[in-house]
Amino acid sequence: MSRAEILKSIGKHKPPRRSLPEIPVFDTPNPDLLQQFRQVSEGIEGTVIRISGRVEISKAIHEKFSDVQQIAVSRSSFFPKALELKNFNDPHQLADVDVAILTGQFGVAENGAIWLRETDLVHRAAPFICQHLVIVLHEKQLVANMHQAYQRIQIDDNGYGVFIAGPSKTADIEQSLIIGAHGARSLTVLLSEEEC
Amino acid sequence: MNHSQSSEKFLRDKQRTGWHDASLWFVREKRDAVAKAVPEWETLRTLASEIKQQVLSDLDQYLISFEKNAQKNGVHVHWARDGKTHNEIVFNILQKHHARSLVKSKSMLTEECGLNEFLLANDIEVIDTDLGERIVQLAEEPPSHIVMPAIHKKKAEIGELFHQTIGTEKGNSDPAYLTEAARQHLREKFLRAEAALTGVNFAIAETGGVVVCTNEGNADMGVHLAPLQIHSMGIEKILPRAEHLGIFLRLLARSATGQLLTTYTSHYHRPKPGGEMHIIIVDNGRSEQLGQEKFRQSLCCIRCGACMNTCPVYRRSGGHSYGSVIPGPIGSILTPGMPIGGHPDLPFASTLCGSCNDVCPVKIDIHQQLYHWRQHSEIRQAAAPGKKRLMQFAAWLFSHPQAYRLAGKTARLFLRMLPRKAIYHRWNHWGLSRELPVAPRESFREWYDKNEGKK
Ligand code: SF4
Repeated sequence: MSRAEILKSIGKHKPPRRSLPEIPVFDTPNPDLLQQFRQVSEGIEGTVIRISGRVEISKAIHEKFSDVQQIAVSRSSFFPKALELKNFNDPHQLADVDVAILTGQFGVAENGAIWLRETDLVHRAAPFICQHLVIVLHEKQLVANMHQAYQRIQIDDNGYGVFIAGPSKTADIEQSLIIGAHGARSLTVLLSEEEC
Repeated sequence: MNHSQSSEKFLRDKQRTGWHDASLWFVREKRDAVAKAVPEWETLRTLASEIKQQVLSDLDQYLISFEKNAQKNGVHVHWARDGKTHNEIVFNILQKHHARSLVKSKSMLTEECGLNEFLLANDIEVIDTDLGERIVQLAEEPPSHIVMPAIHKKKAEIGELFHQTIGTEKGNSDPAYLTEAARQHLREKFLRAEAALTGVNFAIAETGGVVVCTNEGNADMGVHLAPLQIHSMGIEKILPRAEHLGIFLRLLARSATGQLLTTYTSHYHRPKPGGEMHIIIVDNGRSEQLGQEKFRQSLCCIRCGACMNTCPVYRRSGGHSYGSVIPGPIGSILTPGMPIGGHPDLPFASTLCGSCNDVCPVKIDIHQQLYHWRQHSEIRQAAAPGKKRLMQFAAWLFSHPQAYRLAGKTARLFLRMLPRKAIYHRWNHWGLSRELPVAPRESFREWYDKNEGKK
């Protein structure tokens, strides 16, 4: 009932049809995307650590998180003896995960965002419910801005996909920026020279 | 109470008014800094405005293809012509799943529909999960800003509120401590919620999915943990294609809080394995507004809140003074045309300085619309009676030159001779915070006649 009424009302009231504007190419003059990505990520309270490749992931994790109990990974090769996300049946069981290590598809230099798809997350809740999030990103996989980002992805190739830029935060109490609202309390990006 | 009466109440606490004004101006300055750093900013605004207007010109077709694509993705699509229908749809979905608890992430639309009150009356536990929204929910107040719902509250008040409602230590109002307490309190709610509901920032016609932006991660905590997810959207949230997100996302967070992007930009297309996903498309007066040529552009709004942060009236009167779900400049042009309206005084809650137009990322002609609303017959009735009489008198005076000259002479004389008290008293609102210049002895006309006219 509502459907027909709404569509009829829109049909009656809408203005004459216009056409969509052409979208120009927005090229960023800065060629050093890596430097920009690092700088912006740190500006939004993220931590960026350069690593040579997969072999250095566990060392970086040990240094950054000395006393964590539970580490969960999307790929078993990321960390020895870590729990594999695929072995959790229910996302509620992830409530005790201290550190989750996931792979990002690519980063966006202008805002520090990283694109992750459902397949990268294993459980959609993983990057939110864990206390600390680590994203492994190949340093060659960077784009300049959001226009290029959307050219690269098919937003519906997975049932869910997300850009993550920094740790969870809020400024709802007197505009004081507090890191760690409901999602991860910290974000560490492991920028890898080799593909992991 | 109308806007000017409520603002007067707000203004009585001078210190708070100054603090409120400064907090919002701080956000405005952050916005300016990041906007200026994007060389193509103005091009982006123009494109965003053109895209939104094109969407409005073909809105029914876009909604039909959005629905078709969403259904292909296994999403249940519902349509609600008004707020009541929307609430009933939500309630029916919850009942079908025997869900008795709902976690909500920020949605001005559900505020507009009065969803919380409706569900609570039907024995459903509703928890707002955005920190600011949770604060105002616990305080039993409406949000006072669309992006920063508790911007009117001081931390000491929040500390006391949390002490009484969620058991934090008495006297502790450290924002980090209070945020941590809210995190623990809400985490427990997320873990046992049976359903989650979010608003929608953008709905993509070509893919049938919705995009939600948050900094806290509350939308995702809710949606991914509860088996049932519901997204409520106004009909105007449509964008034709995914590539358009690039433009709107670059504008939204920069305009809203001076961030480059919100922490999380989530794209929901299909239900999670074993879950169910619903989208409710709500009209509630929007399609009528679409028919009003002078006012339809207000439907392009992406709810960034920039027009509030910049507005000299909003900053000094507070969001609650508007008495409408959406306050500030955009609220003052949306509300009079909506079925929930009933705020004909709002178009007068503006200085028409035009600052809102300058910051609006989709270039809505807000102050022109405010002006047009003032010309509307029903709205005109709402002007304060004193002001109306004064205007009628002014119209008469300006059309009778002799009377005008006499009045000028008399006024100049009296302004020089009367004691201060006669002008600066409590019935003359104008004089409460202003000083008159010293009245000259002769008018321009007298001077002209003497010096030039006689030549
Ligand atoms: S009218 Fe413009 S500035 Fe105001 S909230 Fe909407 S989009 Fe933002």
